Amino acid sequence: MLSADVVIATGVAYVGVLFVIAYLGDRQTRNNAGSFLRSPAIYTLSISVYCTSWTFYGAVGNAARNGLEFLTIYLGPTIVFVGWWFLLRKLVYVSRSQAITSIADLLSSRFGKSSRLAVLVTLIAVIGITPYIALQLKAITSSIQAVAASGEGARGSLAGVDDGALALGVAAGMALFTIFFGTRNVDANEQHHGVVAAIAFEAVVKLAALLAVGIFVTFGLGGGFEAIYQKAAAAGVEVHAQGNFGPRWIAMIILSAAAIVCLPRQFQITVVESAGPDHLRTAGWAFPAYLLLMSVFTMPIALYGMSTMPPGSNPDMFVLTLPLSAGQSALALLAFIGGFSSATSMIIVASIALSIMVSNHIIMPIILRSSGPGTRNGQGLTRLLLMSRRLSIMLILSLGFLYFRLTGETDALAPIGLISFAGVAQFLPPMLAGLYWRDATLKGVAAGILVGFAVWAWTMLLPSFETVSSTVARIMANGPWGIRFLRPEHMFGLNDLDPLVHSVFWSLLLNSAFLVIGSLFTTQSPLERIQATLFVDIFRRREPLRRSFVQGGATANDLYFVAERVLGANRATSLFEAAAREQGGDAAGLELTSDLIGRLERELAGSIGAASAHVMVSKVVAGADVSLEEMMQMAGETQQVIEYSQELEKTSEALRLTALKLEAANAQLRELDSQKDEFLSQVSHEVRTPMTSIRSFSEILSDPGSLDERQRQHFASTIHQESLRLTKLLDEILDLGTLERGERPWQSAPIDAEAVLDRALAVCDVLFRQKQMKLEFGERARPTVVEGDADRLSQVFINLLSNAVKYNDAAEPVLRISSFTRAGSYVVDIADNGPGIAKADRALIFEKFARGRQGLAGQGGAGLGLAISRQIVTAMGGTLDLVPGPLRGACFRLRLPVVRRVS
Amino acid sequence: MAVGRPLDLEGGALAIDVLIAEDEPSILESLDFILRRAGWSVQSVSDGEAALHGVRTLEPRVLVLDVMLPRRSGFDVLKVLRNDPETRDLPILILTAKGQQQDRQTAEDLGANAFVTKPYANADVVGAVRQLLTDHAGTS
Repeated sequence: MLSADVVIATGVAYVGVLFVIAYLGDRQTRNNAGSFLRSPAIYTLSISVYCTSWTFYGAVGNAARNGLEFLTIYLGPTIVFVGWWFLLRKLVYVSRSQAITSIADLLSSRFGKSSRLAVLVTLIAVIGITPYIALQLKAITSSIQAVAASGEGARGSLAGVDDGALALGVAAGMALFTIFFGTRNVDANEQHHGVVAAIAFEAVVKLAALLAVGIFVTFGLGGGFEAIYQKAAAAGVEVHAQGNFGPRWIAMIILSAAAIVCLPRQFQITVVESAGPDHLRTAGWAFPAYLLLMSVFTMPIALYGMSTMPPGSNPDMFVLTLPLSAGQSALALLAFIGGFSSATSMIIVASIALSIMVSNHIIMPIILRSSGPGTRNGQGLTRLLLMSRRLSIMLILSLGFLYFRLTGETDALAPIGLISFAGVAQFLPPMLAGLYWRDATLKGVAAGILVGFAVWAWTMLLPSFETVSSTVARIMANGPWGIRFLRPEHMFGLNDLDPLVHSVFWSLLLNSAFLVIGSLFTTQSPLERIQATLFVDIFRRREPLRRSFVQGGATANDLYFVAERVLGANRATSLFEAAAREQGGDAAGLELTSDLIGRLERELAGSIGAASAHVMVSKVVAGADVSLEEMMQMAGETQQVIEYSQELEKTSEALRLTALKLEAANAQLRELDSQKDEFLSQVSHEVRTPMTSIRSFSEILSDPGSLDERQRQHFASTIHQESLRLTKLLDEILDLGTLERGERPWQSAPIDAEAVLDRALAVCDVLFRQKQMKLEFGERARPTVVEGDADRLSQVFINLLSNAVKYNDAAEPVLRISSFTRAGSYVVDIADNGPGIAKADRALIFEKFARGRQGLAGQGGAGLGLAISRQIVTAMGGTLDLVPGPLRGACFRLRLPVVRRVS
Repeated sequence: MAVGRPLDLEGGALAIDVLIAEDEPSILESLDFILRRAGWSVQSVSDGEAALHGVRTLEPRVLVLDVMLPRRSGFDVLKVLRNDPETRDLPILILTAKGQQQDRQTAEDLGANAFVTKPYANADVVGAVRQLLTDHAGTS
């Protein structure tokens, strides 16, 4: 008689056997790389981790409830594996070349090594797998309970222990077991050869158990296939009524096909633990064959169970209860071990895979970001990694247990598994896009996954709580806040679909739609583009694309330290020594090539995931050495710097110009200052000259004794004249000051310039006669109106005329005056036959205090006359210049704009 | 008057006591008057060229030289005279209407013996000329 105690003890013993196998397996592969454990057969068997207790027990239940539908769970993987050349081959190639550690790593790596995407995928995977783990707990618990319920005293020490406590015990045991199993060391490629060996062993055990039960039931009890079918038909068992091929079939085939690559544990075994794409060739036919064997007796067992077992029996447990009821304790125990095997293999691999994801993508990045390199030694980091994985395993099993408790004992096994399938199926669109669509972007994929996950959670995960939560039941019936078209199983008014089909339809449709639309409307980062090419064109490009690293100040030592921390001293040393050999030197003088850095990053990625490895290597080498992504960022920054420096250049150019202007202004100021000094000095001189006479003569006059009356008269008159000269000088200086400031100390009015010239000539008539100057007149203009002041214009004419008289030393002085209008200007030329202006003086002649050096001595005047005249003419809008004249002397030309001609 | 020197009959030339180089007529007139009144024989020129020529032909015992002269400035004349061995020791009184320190410095550097600023006190000019005549009495 089989009792619960016996099965529990058997289970524990079985686990011990597994542990020994795993231990030996590890040892063997370490010593012998090409061992039997790395063969295609073992690989294929390990893939059968797909067949969990759901398959072992649940397929029969499913067949009992839904007929042939249970086959869909095998059909999807069969299609994928038979067509391994299309998807699996590429998946394995890519993952091996990129040292991918998990599905989260795959997606993250493909989409620009995005840590956020890795986190998202990891979280979704954990949530998605939780029901599945619960399913295994439930299966183990149910199987033990089934044994316990089989007869009096069978409960043994389980008396008084309910399902929950039993499941908790199972979960704790599993956690412990997985921790022992999967986290003894951190391997470079996250390959667990020992675990694979154990899983392969379990595959054989469960297949053998199921076949044994199947053969016993079919041939021992039922008398062959024919007999069973007839018996079932006679008993009125009709299983094919609901199991017609239809949308539900398609949905389940899609889900199971997705699951065989998207389930973390399948990804772990099929892709990560793969010894190479060659094994796929064998697995391509062998795994479907395994599935066929697993399913061949499902229907007979279901039918036989339904026709012979008492009504209300749980069809999920027929595999166990049929041998029990037949009194076959040994067979029942084998069946139990088979189911237990299915469950444990799933739990072990799933929690290892998930814990790698959680620790690599959530825990490690946090630690890496919060601590600088060099704060921990290699041992510490490895321990940390293992610790985080152990924690993750406990967390994952706790979640599974929690889900098991929350959802209660409501459902059959199969629907729970389907919830997980549909959850991880959300990774299928991004995976396919990542492998085949070069333009898929991180944002598009993230949006797709998020939306798909949300729809899945709403339409599948939530409804699984319907029976235990009244709130959920209300939402199911009426929609959230009474919004009926958001009802979880009737989204957008889609009423006639099976809930599973409904959820798969909406979640995958929206997932793909967001992926495609998002990708079309967003752009890839440079790293994404590179990774996209690496993934999509893996078969086109044999030579791995070289990652561009810019050599900086980081030394090989820095990187060795990092490698040692993650890979361990042995691996790190052999890696660096190999690199040194390639370079033809010793490890001490190892040059840090981008090739080496890239290789190291790949190696690290094998342990801690692409995103973390990337962060880590960048962090160590950063500051000095930069990955392409950062290069691009730097390039952007460089562009900014260039723009900035161009701006600076512009600014500095402006500054330079300003400085130049300032300099010019300064020079001008200094010039003005020295001009002012010069001017004051000139003024001083010009004032002192008459002052000298005045002082000297007044002193002479104050001593009148020696003077006669005539002398006194003469000296007094000199004093008078000099004081007049002084006054005039001061007047002129003030006048010039006013004019130079741009002021016009007169009211402009239209005046007849010709009349003014005639009047000036009349004033100077006395001077001409004194000097016996001969006046010649050239052409004379008709009366012409200009804008100005008659007195001031007259002053200019008188100045020019008197200068001509004053400085003319010719024996027969001649003055020639002509006036005319030309091109809107009234022009007067005043020429003489005097000494003329020396070339050197021509530029200075209009300056203040300038007097021709050749000028005769004693001409009086301060040299302000011409300066004032020019200022006056300028203020009237005209010009006063020295021009080559008709006579040998100077010729001054005055030009004023004509307002109008007086008729 | 005490130092007044009669015509040098022996030299034949009409040697004079003071040569004035000044271009302002009224100033020249005042200088001429006060120096003659002091008892010296005075001749005058009104530009730089004439001053150099006058020094050679008239052999004055003292030259009263204005700085601002047409044709050749007073400083120019001074420089030429000091570079000529014949006139190197001629006592020269510089007159300037600018009167700045820099002019005085220039004059001293070029070897002027005395410096008077316009407007001057008649007594200063006469005193300076007398001093120069006395100081150089022995050397001629």
